[in-house]
Amino acid sequence: MRHGMSGRKLNRTSSHRKAMFSNMVTSLLDHEQITTTLPKAKELRRIADKMITLGKRGDLHARRQALSVIKDAEIVGKLFSSLAERYKERNGGYTRVLKAGNRYGDCAPMAVLELVDRDPEAKGAADLARVEADEAAAALAEAE
Amino acid sequence: MAVPKKKISKSRRNMRRSHDALKGATYEECSECGELKRPHHVCASCGQYKGREVMEAGDAA
Repeated sequence: MRHGMSGRKLNRTSSHRKAMFSNMVTSLLDHEQITTTLPKAKELRRIADKMITLGKRGDLHARRQALSVIKDAEIVGKLFSSLAERYKERNGGYTRVLKAGNRYGDCAPMAVLELVDRDPEAKGAADLARVEADEAAAALAEAE
Repeated sequence: MAVPKKKISKSRRNMRRSHDALKGATYEECSECGELKRPHHVCASCGQYKGREVMEAGDAA
């Protein structure tokens, strides 16, 4: 009997699952849109919604609880400032799952998971900034 | 041991299988670019969904 069992195991051990969702929720809150498989996207909604609820609570205990999942102080800072402000008026349902066809190779159903009212600029912004900084450093080295 | 008394005729076998056929996937025209896309999916060719969600065109698998 499967009474009272919720959630997917995704063929992973508990620690593997925990680490994977920790990484994924960090990426989601950073980029505000990620592409993944449909079951992972559906499962990640639960975790992402909980993180944003923590961000809206805004106290020190909530911040420490968020840090225990999101191992990145910068993302937690964003969660407790801009994201908490953005979702002040919204009661849950902070994410949207869009189906995006099947993956080449294993035909796995893919999905786009994004924050509702997302900022399209946020996707890849950190990587872009790093590349620009690298290029600026290279140009500086060239000039010398 | 229980054993079939008669061989199942081709007709009877095929009649049994008459409901076993697989249905093809359904497609609809994308309202943005007119390409065929799966219903309730992001359009694979223009990356739009309900006229607003934009991914990179051709990015969807």
